Amino acid sequence: MSDIINFASNLIRNTFSKKATANNSLKDIFKFNGGVHPAEHKAESTTHPISKLMMPEQLILPLRQHVGHMPKVKVQVGDYVLKGQMLAEPEGSVSAAIHAPTSGTITAISEQVIPHPSGLPDMCINLVPDNKDQWTALQPVDWRNTDKKTLVDALRASGIVGLGGATFPTHIKLHSNGKSNVHTLVINAAECEPYITCDDMLMRERADEILKGIEIVQYLLGAEKCIVGIEDNKPVAAGIMTKALAASSTIAVKIVPTLYPSGDARRLIHLLLGTEIPNDKRSTDVGIQVFNVATVLAIYRYFEFGEPSISRVVTMTGNVAVPQNFEVLFGTPLNALVSAAGGAKTNTTHFIMGGPMMGFDLPNDLVPITKAANCIIAATPDLFAAPPPAMPCIRCARCADACPVNLQPQELYWFAKSDNFEKARDYNLFDCIECGCCTYVCPSDIPLVQYYRYAKSEIIAVDKAKEAADLARERNDFRLARIEREKLERAQKHAERAQAGKNEVKSAEIKPVDDVKEASAESIKTAEAPASTDKQAAIAAAIARAKAQQLAAANSSDISAEKVTVLPTAPETKTPEAKITEAKTPETEAAELKAKQDKQALIAAAIERAKAQKLAAAQAGDAPKNITNVSATVQAEINATDALREKAKLAVEAQVSKSKESD
Amino acid sequence: MNRSPYITDAPTVSTIMFKVLLALVPGITAYVWIYGGGILVSVTLATLTALTAEAILLKIRQRPVKPYLMDMSAVVTAWLLALALPPLAPWWLVIVGTFFAIVIAKQLYGGLGYNPFNPAMVGYAALLISFPLIMTKWPAPLLLAEHPLSFMDQLHFVFSHSLPGDIKVDAITSATPLDYLKTQLMLKHEVSSITQSPIFGAFGAKGGELVTGAYLLGGLYLLQQRIISWHLPTVFLASLATISLAFYAIEPNHFANPLFHLMSGASMLCAFFIITDPVSGPTTPRGKIYFAAGVGVLTYLIRVYGGYPDGVAFAVLLMNMCVPLIDALTQPRVFGHK
Repeated sequence: MSDIINFASNLIRNTFSKKATANNSLKDIFKFNGGVHPAEHKAESTTHPISKLMMPEQLILPLRQHVGHMPKVKVQVGDYVLKGQMLAEPEGSVSAAIHAPTSGTITAISEQVIPHPSGLPDMCINLVPDNKDQWTALQPVDWRNTDKKTLVDALRASGIVGLGGATFPTHIKLHSNGKSNVHTLVINAAECEPYITCDDMLMRERADEILKGIEIVQYLLGAEKCIVGIEDNKPVAAGIMTKALAASSTIAVKIVPTLYPSGDARRLIHLLLGTEIPNDKRSTDVGIQVFNVATVLAIYRYFEFGEPSISRVVTMTGNVAVPQNFEVLFGTPLNALVSAAGGAKTNTTHFIMGGPMMGFDLPNDLVPITKAANCIIAATPDLFAAPPPAMPCIRCARCADACPVNLQPQELYWFAKSDNFEKARDYNLFDCIECGCCTYVCPSDIPLVQYYRYAKSEIIAVDKAKEAADLARERNDFRLARIEREKLERAQKHAERAQAGKNEVKSAEIKPVDDVKEASAESIKTAEAPASTDKQAAIAAAIARAKAQQLAAANSSDISAEKVTVLPTAPETKTPEAKITEAKTPETEAAELKAKQDKQALIAAAIERAKAQKLAAAQAGDAPKNITNVSATVQAEINATDALREKAKLAVEAQVSKSKESD
Repeated sequence: MNRSPYITDAPTVSTIMFKVLLALVPGITAYVWIYGGGILVSVTLATLTALTAEAILLKIRQRPVKPYLMDMSAVVTAWLLALALPPLAPWWLVIVGTFFAIVIAKQLYGGLGYNPFNPAMVGYAALLISFPLIMTKWPAPLLLAEHPLSFMDQLHFVFSHSLPGDIKVDAITSATPLDYLKTQLMLKHEVSSITQSPIFGAFGAKGGELVTGAYLLGGLYLLQQRIISWHLPTVFLASLATISLAFYAIEPNHFANPLFHLMSGASMLCAFFIITDPVSGPTTPRGKIYFAAGVGVLTYLIRVYGGYPDGVAFAVLLMNMCVPLIDALTQPRVFGHK
């Protein structure tokens, strides 16, 4: 059925659309649904070769330029460092190192504004160059004659991350666990977003190095073949690459039609190989790994020359005098890059990092260039007009036609708007890649992607809060178990002490006998022995109870009152109590026994009280009680998620009300 | 804050609605040629009523009036309703119908984007149920009329319901072919003899089929402009043709041929302008196919077995009711999902 629809759809599309005919020449391409074709604006920045910048006065190196954990700083303020020296080492598996892009002095390690959509400050290292640009001792590797594992481990110290913009630490993508089954390496050179030309220029100028990089990655992955995917709007780069790769029998260049977002890894794999990566799997699960063209070049430079990741090619374009590509040291302030491109024209309002489809506003022009910065666009209202006020959705489903993931954006929009998050999740909200195609084609100018971002953050916040609540509940259960156990221990101690006292009295009575010592020692021993086993039993019982409770909590989020009451009562505190009494009975004075029993009664009452409280809590719904009992850190976490949620909500509301006002 | 994408390239809602109006122009031109300028009066009246009603309701609902009036959706509703009414409908009929369509069927449900039913069809159905006699009396095309009326005569008739000289109202009206066919079939006449009547043309109604053809032309323009998707018109016409062919093949004496059904009544208007209303229709490709097929079948069944000569309005409204279900059941497979 769907095949017939698709066939008819294509037939009609081809008859009515002029664009489609141009792509008919492209063979062996497996098209994905939707996609858009925005004005490219790539020609502006490809007229000049890649240039170098003057050494800036200061470099600001954010510690978090990658996805994952923040690396551990290895230098101190005042240290003199050499170019290529590691300033921060990766911590944990998903982390990347930071190196000094030039030689100079560390002047500060502090929180500063970084280029990130959140606009929040993060830890940065400030480096003032000494302009000597003196390299540290580099250690090139003869990769052909080195064990793969050693090479991948070495990469961990390279600081190389995915330079396409995802900034995922590269060594993890090459980590094979010894059973690598990757058969195909895909080199992402599609560069589908408008304005961005850094990969284009890289291919034009450094195709030979890219080829060597591909060979290294192929070797590391054990991939038999490699396909380089290039969009057909880069004929020069494609020609040079084809020529450079002609000698290789395993590497092929494949031209894909210019259609945003063909540079998305899953879309590109589908385009090139016809393989649809299942939504819950990674591409490596089906034997495919994707690397950006700039990343393989960085890998080559690292192994061949020992150069760590200290710079990248950045497209500086938009409203600047001379749009072009630059080789920029990480940490270079944006204004240095802007002035190198002839300066921003006067009507420039702000700068955008990334492309116009998925980029974000930079907070100011002092933020540093990072590993994620593939393109900086000087924006003006002419280039990027403020969207007109949003009109109601007319369900025209143009967004669904444009969605490369084949989602139903109009439905997701309704669900997100009405805070119907469960439904949004059911309609696969989390498969959304936020490419912006839906917003691009929306006749009502609805900021659809914002709604999805909001819904996603909201769902994540709720999940996190739930996780925190679960954790808190667990901790609370442990705490109650501990309190109970301690009470029992105290009772035990009292019992022991009393026992010991009695033994003393007894031994005093039989003092005249010769073998006093022996006897008394024996009696103490016998008295002690049952007491200690009792204590262990009590502890074991308490632990068992705590475990049972935990299990119950895990099994059902809405713990029924019965479950909670039944479980703790089953082992019952009576057992140890009874034992304690037993231990005492052999020789007793009436008064002492009574006093002890009173004490036990008190303890039992306390335990009953605790139980009653627990029961009440369970009946009243466990969440509130747990939240009141959580530790300071968990509370802080909950507060933080609440604040985050509130912020996201406010942002969307502000936008909606703004659009309403401007009506 | 991340507010990408920064660029968009989409026709605005007003552009889309404007193109729909443009696509109706050939149909209206043919209409004027066949039935006289009276239809222009209806269209104008409906437009004014729609805009006024929309503005008042927006004001009451405290919505910005200007941008919503400028979206032109009210005008589209007005034109479609006016074109569905008999050409010389009295002025109050047009006003009442349009008012009902805009106020009850559209604004009271939340305005543009929120109406579950096609407003023009709700207005039409309300009038058909309330004033069946006027709604089923169509004037004869000018070329068939004994007394062709001038534009001024028609204008006068619309507002005063009186005709110049001694012409009777019955003299200028006649049954539509769909209506005539139905009543004659009930009198046990055979289709071949019924269609000998002068009101029948080559395919459908004499003259009327030209208007229908002009709608088809406008519809092709909308397809070319990618304002509407091919699914709805193609499947609707195919389903109407298939079911009428099936009946026709079994008993050609009792059932009209498929071409007659395609070119009569509101078939083409429905195919390209009514079921293509995105708001009250389904959004998934598969859903559109089920929806259009349903409208086609229901239209035929109402025409042949129902109490009304044409079945488009009720067929569309009935299928509008199924839209949430259709959408829910026809979700396309998401990339990477089984």
